[in-house]
Amino acid sequence: MRDVAIVGFAQSSSPAERERNEVEMVMPVVQGAVAASGIASDEIGFTCSGSNDYLVGGPFSFVSALDAVGAWPPIRESHVEMDAAWALYEAWVQLQKGAVDSALVYGFGKTSTTDLAKLFTIQLDPYYVAPLWPDAHTMAALQARAYLDATGRNERDLAAVAACSRSAAAENPDAVVDRPVSADDVLAEPFVAPPLHPSECAPITDGAAAIVLAAGDLARSVCERPAWIRGIDHRIDAHGLGVRALDRATSAALAAEAVGVGTGPVDVAELHASYAHEELLLRDALGLREDTTVNPSGGALGANPVMATGLIRIGEAASRVIDGSAQRVVAHAAQGPCLQQNLVCVMEGA
Amino acid sequence: MSEPVTTITSPIRLDYEITAGAGASRFLRELVAGRIVGQRCPVCGKVYVPPRGSCPVDGVATDEEVELAHTGTVTTFCVVNLEFSPLAPEVPYVCAQVLLDGADIALFALVAEVPAAEVRMGMRVEVVFAPPEERTYSITSIKWFRPTDEPDADYDSYKEYL
Repeated sequence: MRDVAIVGFAQSSSPAERERNEVEMVMPVVQGAVAASGIASDEIGFTCSGSNDYLVGGPFSFVSALDAVGAWPPIRESHVEMDAAWALYEAWVQLQKGAVDSALVYGFGKTSTTDLAKLFTIQLDPYYVAPLWPDAHTMAALQARAYLDATGRNERDLAAVAACSRSAAAENPDAVVDRPVSADDVLAEPFVAPPLHPSECAPITDGAAAIVLAAGDLARSVCERPAWIRGIDHRIDAHGLGVRALDRATSAALAAEAVGVGTGPVDVAELHASYAHEELLLRDALGLREDTTVNPSGGALGANPVMATGLIRIGEAASRVIDGSAQRVVAHAAQGPCLQQNLVCVMEGA
Repeated sequence: MSEPVTTITSPIRLDYEITAGAGASRFLRELVAGRIVGQRCPVCGKVYVPPRGSCPVDGVATDEEVELAHTGTVTTFCVVNLEFSPLAPEVPYVCAQVLLDGADIALFALVAEVPAAEVRMGMRVEVVFAPPEERTYSITSIKWFRPTDEPDADYDSYKEYL
């Protein structure tokens, strides 16, 4: 395996993005990540993005988003209709092949343009589930209930996760949540879909993020302490909600095992939990111990620019290595209903 | 044997509120005021209209706003003889690419107040705005372009924009 590391990261999530188009939103984070990497933009070997046309409300939005990169003379470029964490996976594979030494990855999502919870319905089975229009909150609530019933945990445990994430987010200038809440505040809110309260659901967010990867000596030459990717894997559960156990995240556990999460201490874990109970399921699936700091950024409950949220988890975790505050970190990204698809990445300092 | 089910109907509807973006919003607001603005790329110097806030070649923000002339040149055009939309003008009408003086990209617009058969490449035209009370944040605030009395532009002056 070739040594590949994260050497640059930038993100932006704020209400101000509402007035910008996708290119105007993406450009500053692409320039920010490239500048942070110390690699000249015309020397980047490969570019890959993650986005979704249903969020933009128009076809081929990833093509127009390329305006943010300056794709002339022509560049080597690809796109995934997935969270950009999967674009990072594709870029990592390209770097493994050895033809290029660096890659730019970006993702963007404006979730304020339409009814996001309803939009997620159209990713479901079109024959027997989508016509019933269960929205994202309803599906998440099914999983939350299944998890509470199976584990004996209760609504206060969910509220505690939300309080912890939102309090961390209030300290994070890159999050859109700017006010801490207590577990009692959360429990006093009217349900979105029982057992879930509004503060236990990710906020509507417009934003983007970008990461620069570099291999071997290039990474060492541009970054004092690169966040080396020691393992990255992604797995998928069945699409149908009725044919899998909703009280656990089986594919997340498989991915975690494949990358060896449990083979050493984990200082920080950034988990892509769009709902409070997802953090608890993922802690179980990844086998995280009590001494691991989970979602110090506030996680997806602090900012959720869909299609960039998973990439931000990788960037946030990598940043703790790059700034020297952590040695071994884990990042997780999710897609699909009820944690159907999961990507897990282990990164280490020198 | 019962009849096989060959079709199901599963209606999907999502409503969107799209924002034009900062660059295009400037353009649309100025149109209502009867002005046409573009943005210049700080790297290659090209002027984009309508502006999208960025230069697709250089990947940088185009922060410098440029007010453009109301005159330009027809670079290419098409005479429409088919009625396919109740919203379209009466046939025959002319759709053209108009390169505004000072711009580096042509605008898509109607050319009118001239017989369709007389429209040609290189023809000099000027903008006709919709009356102020009919203008909205839309490209339709430009009603159409009409010929000026100037001689045709030299082919070399617009050949890079075809």
